[in-house]
Amino acid sequence: MLANRVIPCLDVKDGRVVKGVNFVNLRDAGDPVEIAEAYDREGADELTFLDITASHENRKTILDVVAKTAEKVFMPLTVGGGVRVLEDIRNLLKAGADKVAINTAAVGRPEFVREAAERFGSQCIVVAVDAKQAQDAAAATGVDLEWRDRHPEQFISLEDDLPVWEVYTHGGRKPMGIHVVRWAQLMESYGAGEILLTSMDRDGTKQGYDNRLNRAIADAVGIPLVASGGAGTLKHLYEAIDEGRANAVLAASIFHFKEFTIRETKEYLRSRGAPVRL
Amino acid sequence: MIAIVDYGMGNLRSVLKAFETVGADARVTSKSSDILNAGAVVLPGVGAFRDCMKNLDRLNLIDSVKKSVAGGKPFLGICLGLQVLFGQSEEFGAVEGLNLVPGKVLRFSPENPLAGEPNLKVPHMGWNQVKIQKTSPLFEDVPDESYFYFVHSYYVRPDDPKIAVATTSYGKEFVSGIEYDNVHAFQFHPEKSQKLGLQMLRAFSRLN
Repeated sequence: MLANRVIPCLDVKDGRVVKGVNFVNLRDAGDPVEIAEAYDREGADELTFLDITASHENRKTILDVVAKTAEKVFMPLTVGGGVRVLEDIRNLLKAGADKVAINTAAVGRPEFVREAAERFGSQCIVVAVDAKQAQDAAAATGVDLEWRDRHPEQFISLEDDLPVWEVYTHGGRKPMGIHVVRWAQLMESYGAGEILLTSMDRDGTKQGYDNRLNRAIADAVGIPLVASGGAGTLKHLYEAIDEGRANAVLAASIFHFKEFTIRETKEYLRSRGAPVRL
Repeated sequence: MIAIVDYGMGNLRSVLKAFETVGADARVTSKSSDILNAGAVVLPGVGAFRDCMKNLDRLNLIDSVKKSVAGGKPFLGICLGLQVLFGQSEEFGAVEGLNLVPGKVLRFSPENPLAGEPNLKVPHMGWNQVKIQKTSPLFEDVPDESYFYFVHSYYVRPDDPKIAVATTSYGKEFVSGIEYDNVHAFQFHPEKSQKLGLQMLRAFSRLN
């Protein structure tokens, strides 16, 4: 049976691993290649690198990190952050990434996802979605009027059932007013092979994943869902699989700071009846 | 030397690094002469069947790949490199494959999962168990029902069920590995399957 995946996520800035709490206040947790090797030994199912390097000049550092990692570990590697043009994807895949996560650039121009999937195959195109619950349609704060004219159906409207979640871009800084569920469906129809869904309400809180959000997406799309944001206990990971129907759970700090090993995590998931690879 | 066929798609570097890690002499190449002179040939690949065939054709590699298979040297197909051995795929209508193995390439349908399994997500992505159906030199020391890494939306259905060396369950039981004569081809990615995957590649390199 297909196993639920446990994926440590490494936020990489200028070639070093850091972890954001609610996307601010970064802490340094070390060398990405060394950490990747440790997770490989522990039996992680995949690794995700999110490149949060701000300056354009330092963007090439992620290619170096990916290339060095892919020489040492033989497991699937996803890389996201700052992917804007087809050339970025090509470079990452050539360096040894297996999948590339697209976020802001997908919202900026959804056709980019279609072009990427046609060129490189759906299997390597992950669309990363940062979602935050909106109190109601009127509270959804998207402001990009030009985008709104091009894709009016994507916007949160007063007729939408609650709860409703809004898509954010630019590392969670820019609200778009886009309806998360319809957005995920659009991305699937454009050829995305997987959705990496981060709850901004839960990210960094250790209060558990937003499983209403996860479930809403899992039920709406036919591609795999990776849940992210809020893991604090092993029970939270199980709930994301059981209640949220996520196919994979992604977490950072609980693994980086050795609160739980990958093995403990998987033994726990198996004890609760979730299929895992041990 | 093991020739890893480069047709402009797929994660060639990972395949090369994996062979290097197990001490094999491997080279990524898109030259017919390298493929014809190699002791063994690997056809890796992820992506679309149609593009794979188009690129093999554009680089004039179809003939050398077919000759390698016919010439009896160890041949390893990975993922798309398994699928293109078949006659045709239903992906994007009927696209002609290398036509070396009678059978079909079909798409997973999300409906009608096996009892107790949730609705299928396509692509089939992640670690799944490989049930060994026949002894194979590549499965030496690989325990039955070990997990390997898969990422694909299509699966193969060979006309001759006897060539199946492995099957995997995803909504249905599908053929995840075939073997006949010198041909070994798998739907999963040994180069992404950690220790057991490397072990299979080491075993393949020793056939050379």
